[in-house]
Amino acid sequence: MRKPSLRAYRIVSLFLLGCLLFNYPVLALFNVGASAGGVPVLYVYLFAAWGAVIALAAIVMESGN
Amino acid sequence: MLQGWFIVTASFAYIGLLFAVAWFADRRAAMGRSVISNAWVYSLSLAVYATAWTFYGSVGRAATDGVGFLPIYLGPTLTMLLGWFVLRKMVRIARLNRTTSLADFVASRYGKSALIGGLVTVIAVIGILPYISLQLKAVSTSFQILLGYPEIAMPPRAGSMEVMQDTAFYVALFMALFAIAFGTRQLDAAERHEGMVAAIAFESLVKLLAFLAVGVYVAFFMYDGMGDIFARAAGRPDLEVLMTPLGGAAGSYASWVWLTVLSMFAIVFLPRQFQVAVIENTDERHLRRAAWLFPLYMLAINVFVLPIAFGGVLHFPPGQVDADTFVLTLPMSQRAEGLALLVFIGGLSAATGMVIVETIALSTMVCNDLVMPLLLRIRAFRLTEHRDLSSLVLDIRRAAIITLLMGGYFYYLLAGEAYALVSIGLVSFAAAAQFAPAVIGGLYWRGATRTGALAGLLAGFSVWTYTLLLPAFAKSGWLGAEFLERGPFGIELLRPTQLFGLAGLDQITHAMIWSMIANVGAYIVGSVIRRQSAAEHAQATLFVDVYQQTGEPGSSWRGATSASALQTLVGRFLGPARAVELFTAYARLRGVKSVDELEGDRELVRFAELQLAGTIGAASARTMVATVAQEEPLGLEEVMTIIDEASQVIAYSHRLEEQQQELEAATRELKAANERLKELDRLKDDFISTVTHELRTPLTSIRAFSEILHDNPELDPAERQRFLALVIRESERLTRLINQVLDLAKIESGLAEWRTAELDMREIVLEAMNATSAIFKSRGVTLEARLAASVPPVMADRDRLMQVLLNLLSNASKFCTPGTGRVEVRLAGDAATVRVDVQDNGVGIAREDLALIFEKFRQVGDTLTEKPAGTGLGLAICRRIVGHFGGRLWVQSEPGQGSVFSFVLPVSAAAAGAGRLSANA
Repeated sequence: MRKPSLRAYRIVSLFLLGCLLFNYPVLALFNVGASAGGVPVLYVYLFAAWGAVIALAAIVMESGN
Repeated sequence: MLQGWFIVTASFAYIGLLFAVAWFADRRAAMGRSVISNAWVYSLSLAVYATAWTFYGSVGRAATDGVGFLPIYLGPTLTMLLGWFVLRKMVRIARLNRTTSLADFVASRYGKSALIGGLVTVIAVIGILPYISLQLKAVSTSFQILLGYPEIAMPPRAGSMEVMQDTAFYVALFMALFAIAFGTRQLDAAERHEGMVAAIAFESLVKLLAFLAVGVYVAFFMYDGMGDIFARAAGRPDLEVLMTPLGGAAGSYASWVWLTVLSMFAIVFLPRQFQVAVIENTDERHLRRAAWLFPLYMLAINVFVLPIAFGGVLHFPPGQVDADTFVLTLPMSQRAEGLALLVFIGGLSAATGMVIVETIALSTMVCNDLVMPLLLRIRAFRLTEHRDLSSLVLDIRRAAIITLLMGGYFYYLLAGEAYALVSIGLVSFAAAAQFAPAVIGGLYWRGATRTGALAGLLAGFSVWTYTLLLPAFAKSGWLGAEFLERGPFGIELLRPTQLFGLAGLDQITHAMIWSMIANVGAYIVGSVIRRQSAAEHAQATLFVDVYQQTGEPGSSWRGATSASALQTLVGRFLGPARAVELFTAYARLRGVKSVDELEGDRELVRFAELQLAGTIGAASARTMVATVAQEEPLGLEEVMTIIDEASQVIAYSHRLEEQQQELEAATRELKAANERLKELDRLKDDFISTVTHELRTPLTSIRAFSEILHDNPELDPAERQRFLALVIRESERLTRLINQVLDLAKIESGLAEWRTAELDMREIVLEAMNATSAIFKSRGVTLEARLAASVPPVMADRDRLMQVLLNLLSNASKFCTPGTGRVEVRLAGDAATVRVDVQDNGVGIAREDLALIFEKFRQVGDTLTEKPAGTGLGLAICRRIVGHFGGRLWVQSEPGQGSVFSFVLPVSAAAAGAGRLSANA
């Protein structure tokens, strides 16, 4: 068995982070009536969290080429 | 400008453009400069995931569920992160095995089982029909709505008109022709479709641009930005609920989670996703960029879904316009004709992209894993004797594509109106998810068996049919609603949407829970109740340990056939010309001149099987190859015994490894010792032969002169005297030589006696000069000395050191020209060393000989013409003596310029210590 690389650990961590962010109970924290600039916070949160996961994925995947 | 003819013309112009892109990509591929071998194109081709469902349906879903459409895109984001492990493994396996489809992949994993391949194909075909019908519905609806411009009217219900007047029917027909033209033009051993992938990537760009355009238009031109839309929506009670939709009536957290899981599976196990992500992958590294680029694409195409949905609900009076059509009807209501047409083209892109890839993938499965294995097995067709089957293969695929689209059309007629777009698609997702246990388990669990896979697939598919497909039929009135409400035969516990009384969940979540329990349960139970067969075990290892393999997989074929038979076989599927090409290339690779010289060994059979597998799938390829070659009879018991023993062996492996390392170290030492012994042995042989040779030279002359004296008693006394002198001199030389050989042998063997004492070097040098002064005088060579007044004492053997000096001095005298010769002896010393130089102005030594003169019996100069002036051992002995006392002897010389022989000896330890003390004081 080859030793998993640091990148592999990062990918798995990011996957777990995504599972946490897109799931109950974190979602429930934002499932409230408030809005940010007119846009509901749940909507803002989901797209922001999604964008953050994608950005981190880009950093992890493209680093060390 | 939106008359019917214009829309149709624009659509065909767009499809023409797609063909141009595909043609260009195919041409570039033929030239070896692939356009799709690129991480960006690969990521865009994955976006075939976004179909008409995404394009039209997401908005429809958002209008009733709020953010409920999002899990479908969050799931794939998570999967793509793990893609670097899971997808990469699948890509590697698919490439090594020339896998052609998902069915082929699963069949291959479970012992190349035709039964599994067939089952996967059936599940895929039935499961995907709703999905295809969704595309047909979306395209025909959008076409009819656009046709009604400037009126905005919903099209008539499906099935309410004659088939021949139904737009959806013609859409299905044209899409079938389109897919046939794209995917079944030729057969190739690689089963890759470069042109198709390029066209799909292009379509992904078009649909993204179209959707963003309409999003920007709605949000910023029809309304005053996103905040404005949401603020207005908040003012309406029916929309305000959707701002916090989770946990309420619109959607539970359970369905959110299950939708995420469902889409995580769908992104890999939908046949078209498997096709673009695994089969059409040209480079594993593309997965790295796709891991973030494809999710980014999905994020971009989803940003405007909620604004459009709310904008539509706000804009149109309730109940008049279907939310699934907002993307199109909103621009139409504003008389934005160009934008409306762009939206239609975008939707067409999304739908055609899906239909093309899906039907090509499914037709490959139907042909390779369902029809061909059946035809090949039914002897009445005598298919195994046909010469060229390639056109048959293509025809089967074309027929499959038409059948699939017609099937999709009839599903649309039957159930198309009962559900919104997204709900239709989710039924297909749930079907594709049934492949997940068999594939993922197959990738990581070596013990998973064919029985387990069969049981799991059958159980999952049955539950899916019962809980999702039958209710869809029932809702459309085809089965009768009481089946849904009261259960079959009035058994309430078996109601399809509340199986065993599990209520309170939406239909998809309910179906997923039960089908996954059935599927995974049966898979595990089936795998553990029976042992794997040997062939299954071989394939399982191939899949699970794919990273440990370097070349192509091994083979269980026995060499019992000829190259030409195999070539004919491959030719029947790939065309004879292509087969000749492949086999000639293979022959060259194996280093033989022509195909006839190839042996029909197992490698060749394996090669042929791989070529066939790339065209007709692993299961069929095996059947075909079996007609000309025999499979190795694998001793099942034997293999199982080996496997059992293997687990015991693992327990000892650590100790074995250690022992092996020790052994290796010992072996290395022994080897080194052996090398040294061999070298010494060789040196000894050399030495003996040289010594004998050197001894013979003086002996020969002694014998020659003695014979002359013996045979000629009347020899003149002066002559006699001269010969006797020669005999004496040669005898002396012989004695000296023998003494030196003994001396050297003693030094080298370590038996020499050393009488070490503190010595004054100056005294020894002077004595040596005195001893040799007579020789110098007789040769007419001047001897001079430049000695330091005092040098520190050295530790050495006086006699040995004298021997060195005498040797150096006599050598110097020998190589100087009589008369002008001049030899200078220098002595110098510092705190650590004492150095002696003996410089002459003789002939000097050539550069290449500098190193040689210290070797035994090496005399510089032409030994043929010049009589050797010494034994050739002197310098070798000197160097060893100096070395013994920790010093160093070397020479510097230029030809014609004379030489300097120098040596240094370390100052005796006691004297050095005293010197340091005095220096410190």
